[in-house]
Formats: sequence, C-alpha cells, structure tokens
Amino acid sequence: MSLITASNLSKVYAKEELKVEALKGLNFEIKPASFVSFVGPSGSGKTTLLNLIGCLDKPTSGTLTVDGTDVSSLNTRTAAAFRGRKIGFIFQDFNLIPVLTVYENVGYPLLMVQNTPAAERKKRIDVLLEAVGMTEKKDKYPDQISGGQKQRVAVARALVTNPKLVLADEPTANLDHKTAYMVIDIMKKMKNELGTTFIFSTHDQKIVGEAEIIYSLEDGELTR
Amino acid sequence: MLNILKIAVRNLMRYKRRTLLTTSLVAIGVVFVLVFISVSGSFKNMMIGQITDSFLGHIQVHKKGYVVSLDSLPLTLNLGGKSLGKVEKAISETPEIEAYSKRIKFGGMFSNFVETTNVRLNGVYPEDEFKTVPLFLSRIREGEKTIKPGEILVPELLAKGMKVKVGDTVVIIATNRDGSVNGKQFQVGGILESVSGPGGRDGYIHIDDAAEILRMDSMEISEIAIRLKGFGELQGVFEELKGKLGSELNKQGKPAFEVHTWEKLSPFYNIAKMIDIMTFFIKLMLIAIVLVSIMNVMVTAVYERIREIGTIAAIGTLPGKIVAMFLIEGFSLGLFGAVVGDVLGIAIIYILSVVKLTFNFGRQKGILLSPSVSLQDILTISIIVIIISVLASLQPAYKASRMKPIDALRHI
Repeated sequence: MSLITASNLSKVYAKEELKVEALKGLNFEIKPASFVSFVGPSGSGKTTLLNLIGCLDKPTSGTLTVDGTDVSSLNTRTAAAFRGRKIGFIFQDFNLIPVLTVYENVGYPLLMVQNTPAAERKKRIDVLLEAVGMTEKKDKYPDQISGGQKQRVAVARALVTNPKLVLADEPTANLDHKTAYMVIDIMKKMKNELGTTFIFSTHDQKIVGEAEIIYSLEDGELTR
Repeated sequence: MLNILKIAVRNLMRYKRRTLLTTSLVAIGVVFVLVFISVSGSFKNMMIGQITDSFLGHIQVHKKGYVVSLDSLPLTLNLGGKSLGKVEKAISETPEIEAYSKRIKFGGMFSNFVETTNVRLNGVYPEDEFKTVPLFLSRIREGEKTIKPGEILVPELLAKGMKVKVGDTVVIIATNRDGSVNGKQFQVGGILESVSGPGGRDGYIHIDDAAEILRMDSMEISEIAIRLKGFGELQGVFEELKGKLGSELNKQGKPAFEVHTWEKLSPFYNIAKMIDIMTFFIKLMLIAIVLVSIMNVMVTAVYERIREIGTIAAIGTLPGKIVAMFLIEGFSLGLFGAVVGDVLGIAIIYILSVVKLTFNFGRQKGILLSPSVSLQDILTISIIVIIISVLASLQPAYKASRMKPIDALRHI
C-alpha cells in the first residue's frame, strides 16, 4: 500500500488576472520507507509539491492522499494536528527556534505538539541527539553552532515524533558539500533504522544521486 | 503552561532593551498611579477625619426639615420629649455606635461691651461631645480643655475680630422660639481653632447655659451627632438608623426624623468625590499607557517572528497554543512592569511618609500628609495592568495564530 498517492494533482496560483500553473496534473505513488528526491530547476514546482504533501497548502484540483488521509479535506486545525502526528519537516534555513537550546529544539514537537511524558521525551531526544552526533552540543543555542550542526538538529527534530514521513525542502542548499553529504547520510541512516519515508527536494545533482527514487519536475510536470 | 511561560520569558529576554523600555513605561505608570492614590487618599482621609472628628461626627440625626433650614438654625425644629427618646432608644440599640452628642444649635449676638456681632453657638454636654468628636479638644488653642457652665469657647476669628482673650467677660444675647430676647454673661474659657466646613467656626457653651438663654422649659435638642466604632460601618449604620427612625411619623403623618451621613452635611464630600474622579482618570491613563506600549511591543514581536511562527505551525503547533504563547508573553511583560512599579511605588510612598510633607488647606496650616497605600489598591492596580497587558496582546496573538504556515515560512 502506498504512503502517498497523487492523482491528477494540480495547483494554480491566481493573482487578479494572472494565473500560474505550478503543478499540472501529477500522478505518482510513494511507498513507505522510501528515500525519494524531487529534482528540478527553480520554479519547477518542487516546493509547491512538498507544501501540498506536507498539508501546508491545498491542491486546486486532483486528490492527494497521505497515509490514507485525503489531505485536501483538512482544515487549519486538523491539518496542524495531522502534521504533528505524521509528518516531520526539515527546512533549507534550518528554522530552529532561537530561544531554545539544541535539546529543547529537538524536544519541542514532543512537548508542545504531542504532550509526551517527560521520561519518554528524554529517552527519545537522547537517542536522536546521539544518532545525529549532537549530544555534546545539547545545551548550546542555535546561534552557538554551525550550519551543518543546525541541520543535524533539524533532522533530529523532524524525527523525534517517529513520523511516517519527513519532508525536506532543499535541506542541503545552505551547506557545503561535505556537510551536505553528512546530513544526507544521517537521513539515510534514520530511514533504514526507523523505516521513515524521506522526501527531499534539491537541484544539487551530486546530492540527487543519493536518493533511491528520483522524480524530475519541470514547469510543474513530472518528466521521468 | 510552564513551558510556554519559559519560552515567553526567553523571548522577552531576547530583546532586552525593548523589554526593559516597555517594562519601565508600565512601571512608571504604576508608580504614578500608586503615588497619586496614596497622596490624594491621604489628603482625603485626613480631611474626612478632620471634619468628622473635629465637629461633624460620622452621622447626624435631626427633626425632619432641619438640614434644609440649617443656615437659619431654626429653634422650631428641635427634638424633645418622646421624639428625643425614640432617637436615643434607636442609638442605644445600635452596637456599632461608639458615642453620641446632643447639641442645641442657635444663633445669637456676641458682645464685648464695646462691639456686637453675630455668632453661631452649640450648647453641648462636654463629655459626650469630646467622645463623639475626639479632635475637638485639640482645637482649643488657649484656656482649659473643657467647657464649663458659665464659660464660652470663642472661635479664633471672632476672638481676634472682637479682641477678646481667655478670662474676658462677654455677653450672649439670643432670641428664643417664642421671640423673646434673653442675654447671659459668659467668661471666655478658651479660644477655638477654626476648621474647614460649616460648623467649623461655631462657638461652644455648656448645654445647660444654652437651655437657660433660650428659656427652655424642658430639654430640646437641635441635632444629635454620632460617632461610630469603625468608619467602614458608616453605610450599614446609616441604613439601620434610617430604617429604625424612618418609619416614625409626626402628627401630620410625615416622617419625623432625618438621618444624614457626613457626606451630605459637608461640602468637602464634593472635593472627595472630585479626588475619586481624578483617581479614576489617572487609572484610565495608566490603562492607555499599558495598552499602547504592550500592543506596540507585541505587534512588533509577531512581525519579527513570522518565520518562527511559520515553523512552529508547520511542525504541528495548534493555533490555540500559538495564541497562548503570545498572550503569556504580554502577561509576563505586564507582570514585570506591575511588580517593578509596585516595588518602586511603595519605596517612593515610604520616602514621602518619612519626609513628612505638610500643606495648607483653607485656614488650616501645616497639615501633615501621611501617604500610604493599601494592599487592596496595589493588587487592584497590578491586576488591571496584567489584564490590560493580556488584552493588548490578544490581537497580535490572534493574528499570529491565523497565519498560514506556508506564507509565514516564505517571509523574509
């Protein structure tokens, strides 16, 4: 059974008279525990697609099912709850919360979204910090660590709730090659250990090669 | 909730200068209000104390219609016989009353054998009067601190104008209720300090002397001044007495008595009300200061943290929790401001009370101010500040919670 099913999925941005078709009738399926990359140049629709899968936006037409739920039917609140339960996010700019330490950033979704008990929370944070090699930096604030370290923290934060799916929009765009590979390696390792599906977008051809399944997007259409 | 508070406090500390400025503004507002309340309250309470404890008493009972005719001091509206007994019975059945003083009030002529002028006089039982208006004795500037039969306490302005001093002989001439004139010689027993308000410049004689001048066959009383055990019981006792005496009717079937608190008898009540109104407007200003400053900070905070809001919303933070985060931030700002303002305000009020400020009011010189502020006032002001801080944060918090994560994440 597929984790994600897109059927004739379209997204049109309309501003006054101007209409931009960001996605044009996409059809695809992604199975659980996949390591998938959407590649394509800027403006090809990668981010739009990830936003739809992540329930951050709604398709204009077509259907999109994530873990058996038609995400286009979710309202603001139910979409937030769905994301909190099923999806982890890794952002290009890391987007760590500056007033929280590394430890607190990783624990944020457990504490503020899932209300996980303290003991369980500590166990899961410790495991993930160890997995991404950030245990020693757990008391540092985001402005006290490097970009690569921030993204490792972001990976840990995305995985701490044991989501079925992690979406990463250009996760290595702000990292040097060495650090970028390190982050991708961590993601792969996590996918193998936890069975989480990773979907990331990139236009970095070297990073693309690390994906098991690659979808190419061009002008809002899947080309292969 | 503790975690949201922790995040809120850290966000406030993140912009230390702005937080400090806003907190200072709120604190200055709180200080201003507390100091104003303490000083104006001290003035008000002191003046009320002066008026009620020097001559007015807390409550007065008269025959119906007396108060509207007070300027002419009508002898035809005195209480006597059964009606006086009824009033005294009602008073004796009211345990909250500490003391009462029966007075005969009348107008007469005051002569030093060279000049003659008008005078308003009170005939009183000295012991009862001193218990009912305990500051009365402190008003006797010269002479023995008592009112002996055959002696008169002359108000200081009259004594100065008529050039009389303690020990001099004067004559009081008065007309009784039947229109016959009578006179009696008195020795000046003391000079009485004037106080603000009606009755504050009256002379005093013994009640037996008053009855003699007015040729009363039986004792008649113009007014009964009452002192309560606690000033806070004023309204309760007033209502009780009004209830007991209000049902008494005269021969014409109309109410026989009237009961008034000091508020209806002294024009200072209007000044006290003005002070209350000013205090209200000062509080409104504080509310405006808090509202504008906190709202300004919170609007800025939301604008500066749009991407963060987008991130936590994307992660799955529910809108209600985002609202709570910003409300608690506003709450914390208000709380800090209120606490700092309370501490500074109390310190300034303490310094003012140690410095011993004095002022003049009317003819009264060197009145000492003793500013103080009650715990209730401090709590009320603090709660107002905190509630307004939370309300001021509502709109920005709501705006933050309604942001679409996709738009917020795109924000640069």
